[in-house]
Order: sequence, then structure tokens, then C-alpha cells
Amino acid sequence: MTTKPLKLRELAKGEDRFAYGHRMCAGCGAPIVVKQVLMATDYPIIASNATGCLEVSSCIQEYTAWKIPWIHSAFENAAATISGVEAMYRSLVKQGKIDDKQVKFIAFGGDGGTYDIGFQSLSGAMERGHDMMYICYDNGAYMNTGIQRSSATPFGANTTTCPAGDVIPGKLQQRKDLTRIMAAHDIPYVAQASPGNWMDLMKKVQKAFEIKGPKFMNIIAPCNRGWRSRTDDAITLAKLAVNTCYWPLYEIENGVTKITVKPKEKKPLTEFLKPQGRFKHMFAPKNKWMLEQAQGYVDAQWERLQKEAAAGEAEKTPEE
Amino acid sequence: MSKKYWETLPQGSVVLEAGNSAKFKTGSWRSMRPKWIEENCIQCMFCWMYCPDMSVKVNAEGKREDFNFDYCKGCGICALECPGKKGNKAIVMEEEGK
Amino acid sequence: MGKIVAVTGNEACAEALKQINPDVCAAYPITPATDLMQRFAGFVSDGKIDTEMVLVESEHSAMSACIGAAAAGGRVATATSSQGLALMWEMLYIAAGTRLPIIMPLVNRALSAPLNIHGDHSDGMGARDTGWIQIYSENAQEAYDNTIQAFRIAEHLDIRLPAMVCLDGFIVSHSIERVEYIDDADVKNFVGKFKAVNPLLDLDNPKSYGPLILTDMYHEYKRAQHEVMTKVPGIALEVAAEFEKMTGRKYGLFETYRLEDAEIAIVVMSSAAGTTKDIIDQYRDKGVKAGLLKPRMFRPFPYVEIADALKHLKAIAVLDRADSFGGYGPLFSEITGSVMSMDTKPPMINKIFGLGGRDYLPNQAEQVLDELVKIAETGKVETIKEYLGVRE
Ligand code: SF4
Ligand code: SF4
Repeated sequence: MTTKPLKLRELAKGEDRFAYGHRMCAGCGAPIVVKQVLMATDYPIIASNATGCLEVSSCIQEYTAWKIPWIHSAFENAAATISGVEAMYRSLVKQGKIDDKQVKFIAFGGDGGTYDIGFQSLSGAMERGHDMMYICYDNGAYMNTGIQRSSATPFGANTTTCPAGDVIPGKLQQRKDLTRIMAAHDIPYVAQASPGNWMDLMKKVQKAFEIKGPKFMNIIAPCNRGWRSRTDDAITLAKLAVNTCYWPLYEIENGVTKITVKPKEKKPLTEFLKPQGRFKHMFAPKNKWMLEQAQGYVDAQWERLQKEAAAGEAEKTPEE
Repeated sequence: MSKKYWETLPQGSVVLEAGNSAKFKTGSWRSMRPKWIEENCIQCMFCWMYCPDMSVKVNAEGKREDFNFDYCKGCGICALECPGKKGNKAIVMEEEGK
Repeated sequence: MGKIVAVTGNEACAEALKQINPDVCAAYPITPATDLMQRFAGFVSDGKIDTEMVLVESEHSAMSACIGAAAAGGRVATATSSQGLALMWEMLYIAAGTRLPIIMPLVNRALSAPLNIHGDHSDGMGARDTGWIQIYSENAQEAYDNTIQAFRIAEHLDIRLPAMVCLDGFIVSHSIERVEYIDDADVKNFVGKFKAVNPLLDLDNPKSYGPLILTDMYHEYKRAQHEVMTKVPGIALEVAAEFEKMTGRKYGLFETYRLEDAEIAIVVMSSAAGTTKDIIDQYRDKGVKAGLLKPRMFRPFPYVEIADALKHLKAIAVLDRADSFGGYGPLFSEITGSVMSMDTKPPMINKIFGLGGRDYLPNQAEQVLDELVKIAETGKVETIKEYLGVRE
């Protein structure tokens, strides 16, 4: 199949594979992620979905927003579930019981269902080498159950289980860097993306679908309820996450790291934190150390990523 | 014999009609309403790309038309991301019912 | 027709699965079921069958992958024991609620703590309410036969429910017995082609599996699920009749042994029934009218049919190879449920035996029969629930 051109006018003529009438909150980032992912390709797609906001809001009672075959079974097992679907597909194709239609398999999970409770299932499915892509829409907390801390919650954030109190000022740990952990599985393709950079996101999806084997994409998905921000700023924040290098856009293809979008000018992290009520307490004078620590972490991570990308470049140059 | 309600439920609760969420109109959730000012529109389609509710209508030529108010939840993302023409927004948010 | 072999229960089940050739098997090793799946994996590696193995990282993922594979639209099997079943717990309900006919030999084993790898029914009894069909087997032959029949029952278009075929850990799974295998072609023919219902792989008609169901419909879904279970006994008997025609081996919802004219009886499942039958013979020789009832199908439980078979008795002992702490044994509770419909209720006692693989010995059966004789005479029960063979 030829990769479809990513021209907005052309894309807009196509049919959505995720329908309106879903019940995500107004201004939610997750449906934007789903729509961009599904729009990137014309391959047939079958998806699984971990329990979470996206799942309960997209398939409820007798209604479904999915126009592709879709399965939800539980919270911690989106990867295992789709691996079963994929195995059945392979088995039936191999036995000649069905035709090979180049079906692509996706598991969607939120950060709770991916970083935390679903991590084992994800790691296992990646190691087994299924021809599938896992997509984490990362909104940085258990939003569906009411904004509880997850291992994806950024340092300092105020959540309902790590509230910013008089003694403990929000989450005191840095977030788990899952994208790197997935890269350590030595799978053929790992990437980080943002719906604010739709072209980059869709290119990554297209690239991933041309690669056989397990793929992982981590996509930031702003949540105005949990982030305590405005209903209209999902895309603005998704872009700020990138431009402050809080959420760098990069990919690791067969072990080679490449930064896909470099911010023209690296903005201070506070520009990303300020519009979000969950970080409000960090701007109090006594919590200045928190802003410093948060910035320090982002700087160190960005520094390391650039080094890795430079090494990737050096490795590539002789052949090209 | 007529069937009891529970006998009519789909086996295993599987939903057989793809995309039938379209029957569930979310437009009533709206408190703010986007207004499209066509003369300021440069047809960049950003609003269409970023709308979480697929509520920016597009015609067969791939050109933007008015909003689909059956589903638009009034989040305002389209208005915020709209570049408009020479700094004049092609989308503004107004209070619903005004 | 067929072939006589000397094999273990696990080998027999693996052979049945091989003959059926499921499209996907997702499994995780656990004693004593491990040996079953590793034998099966050997058939796959040698290219004897077409099954796609998904060798997952936990039983939770095993059942999740089975659910995905079954929803995709093909024949699916797995096997497990004990802690493995406990880890699948959540997914067992989802497999049944989603109406997916997954077949799973359950090699019964005790649950921790303390850790113990030997046979008892704690695992299976814990999964009683998951919505799975449960069939218990006395020996390797039954485990083999039940596995083959389970596919027909579970995949029947009126049923579409998952089924567990239970066999006692080590006692049956690892003991070599004489088993009569059916010809491959006959098994294939008996089980038939898999018919997919609402397959996810039907790309032209996309379906959504696993919606959120709110308070206004959930109750009705559960009502409907119960209704399907009520259809299982009829279908299981039809399948058994066809199976008998093919093999000459007869199966019912339960088995009775010298029960018709008995005055006292032991109700016990699985391998312990064998020993009990021998002792009953000895007591019959002494003139004691003893009999046995061995439930085969535990879910759905044939309350009425069992009540009918037990109604003439003067005393009944129910032997449970599992416990409910602070309650009666699970099988005892079901039998009292059966007895409830009788006009005159025979006195009943409950014995917990064989936990964690403790041997069930002839003298334990004798002890129970002696007690039953007394109860039949006096009509009096001293203690309802007691433990057999506890070291004191
Ligand atoms: S206000 Fe929000 S939901 Fe309505 S059209 Fe704009 S982006 Fe879509
Ligand atoms: S974002 Fe604004 S300028 Fe662009 S197409 Fe939409 S309304 Fe027109």
C-alpha cells in the first residue's frame, strides 16, 4: 500500500473512522489523538482499548463511536487482548481460512493502563513480537476515576491522591520515562508524538505501519479537567509541551534515535506549567525549588536525548 | 410469543452497528457556541484537524463549511487555533442562546 | 476404531486438544497443568497442528489473549491450575459475559497460603460463579472425553459460553492410566467446524466488544446470562448421546453407582469417586445398601435431577475436596440446595477431605459409611461439617 499524502484538504475529504457522538469531555485531547492516528492510514485497523476515559466514553450502552472493529475487555490487558486478536488473524491467514488483508492492530491505553497496571501485559506483548502498535494517550493521571496520581504524573502536580497540601506539595517523584523503557525492549519502532504537531504524529503512524513487529507510540493528550486548564487549550498545551522540551518529539527506529521536531527556541518550562491549575502551588514563593527541580529534570532529559540523537546521526552518516 | 426485554439484548453485549454514537447528540452539552466568519476563513483546515468532536463540516471538495451543532460541545479549540485572515479570527466563541 | 494407550491425564487432554487443533492457544506454565501445555506445544513445534501459540507472561494475559482471539473469531483453548486460575479471575467473568466459547482444562490444585502444588478443588470452586461451564472428571479417560465434548457444548450456537474441564492435579494429571483414544478423523468430525459469531475479523461489519453498560441494562444482561446456562444441560445430554454412539461411553449430568436401591449414599466428585465405589462394593457384600452419586457438571448444577436421584435415601454424606471457611463445603451447599425441593429431607453430613493433595484413603470412605449407617438408623446428625483424615 502506498502511504497516503498528508495534505489537510485531501485528508478532510476522507471519512472519519472515529465518530461524533462520543462522550469525552468538551476539549479533550484523547479523541484528537485517536482521530489523527486512524486518519493517518487507509489500512484496515482493529483496535483494543484499556478501560479508561476513552473506552467508557466511546462505547457505552448500545452506542459505539468506533467505525473499526474494536474490543475492550479490562484495564490492564489491552496489549494482551490485541495480541490474541493478532494471533488469531495470523493463524487463520496461515491456514488459508481468511485472506490476508494487511490488517493493522492497535492497542489504545491511557497512562494508568499503560505505565502502571498494564505495563506487564505491554512488556510481554512487545517481547513476543506481535505485529501490533501500542498507543498510549498520556494525560498524566487516572482521569477516569477522578484525577489520581499515576507513574506518568509529572513532578509537582496536584492530584486527588497526591494533593498539594501544607506538608506535601503535590507529587514528589519525577514521571516514569516509559518511552525510553519501551525503547529498551529493542523493538523496531518507538516514538513520542503530540496532537499539536499533527503532521509529525501522522508521519510516525505511517512509518510504524510499514514496519513489521511490535511498535510503541507515546502521545501526550491534554486533559482540561485533570490539568485544571481551559477547555480550549488542549492543542496549545500540546504544542507548549513540545516547545518547552517537556515532551520532545522523537523516534527510535531500530535503535537509532532521531529528534523529529526541534523547537525553534526552547521555551522555559513555566510556560507549559503556568496555564495548568495542577501546578499552581509551584508558583508560590516557598515552592520556587519545585520549579527549579522540574526545569532541571527537563533540561537533563533533553540534554541526554540530544546526545543520543547525535550518536544516531553519527552512526548513519557513513552509509548515506 | 413476544420476547422479554432481556431476551432482546445482543449476545455478549456486542455493539453491531459501527459508529452509531452519531445517534447520540452531544450538542446539548454546549454552553459556548463557535461562530464561523467565512470572510476571514483561509480554509487552512486547522479547526477541522483539531476538533475533538468531528464537528467541522467539510464538503466534497475538501472545503470547510459551517459547524455541526448536533455534536459540537463548544470547547473553543477551533477558535483558539484558528489563524484567520490578517489577524482577524474566522471563529469566535459566543454564549449559547444569545 | 480408536486405540488403547497408557497415558497420564495431562497427556490425554493434550491429545484431545491436538485432535481438535484449535486456532489459537494462549498459555502460561503452572504446576500441575504445565505438562499438559508443554506436550501440546510439542505438537505445535513439530508441525502436527496449525495452532498459533501465544506464550504470555501471566495467566491474566493468557485469558486476555484467549478473549481477544475468541472475539476475533476462531477456536481457542488454554489450560491452567490453582494460582493461575486465581490470577485469571477477572478475565473469567469477562470471557463468560462476552459469551466466548474458550475451552480450558483446569488441573485442580490447592490455593495458597500456605503454598501447595497438589490436588484439591479450591481453585475450581472459587470460579463457581464466573459464568463458566464446569465439568469434573474422575479419571484420564473422562478428562479426555470431557475435553472433546466441552467444545461441542460451549460452541453450540444456543450456548456460546466458556467451559472448564476439571481433573484432579497429580492424582489424575500425572498418573498413568489406560485410556481409549478416538480416531483423529472421528474427533474432527464430532467436534465439527468452528462457527464464528460476530467475529472482529469481519472487516466489512465492524463490531465493538465490551461496552460500558449502566444500571438500566446490566441487570438484564445478567438475567440473560443465567438463561443461557439453563440451556446447557439439555445440550450437554444431546452431545453425550452422540458421543456414546461414537464410543460406547455413556455420560450424564452426573453418574450414579448402585444408587437406585440404596439407603445411604456418598456424594463426591472426581477421582475420589473411584475409591468410594470400591468401598461401596465391599459394604454391599456385607449387606449394607450403599450407593454413590458423582456430579459431573457442577455449573450449571443439575439441582432437580440430583434431587430426584437422591430422594429415596435415609442419609447422605457429601464429600468436599475444597472448603469454605466459616461455611459448609461448596458441594454440600449445592446438594442441600437440591434437597430443598424434596418433601422429606434426608439427614445430611459434610466431610472436607483431601486438601492440598492429602490422600483419600479407603478407611475414610469406611468411616463415612459407618456414620451414615448410624444416622440412617437414628435419624440423628451429631456434627454436620467435619474434616476427614486430619492428623490429631
Ligand atoms: S467548539 Fe470544540 S467541539 Fe465545537 S467545533 Fe470547535 S473544536 Fe469542535
Ligand atoms: S481554522 Fe479558521 S481559517 Fe482555518 S479553516 Fe478553520 S475557520 Fe478557516
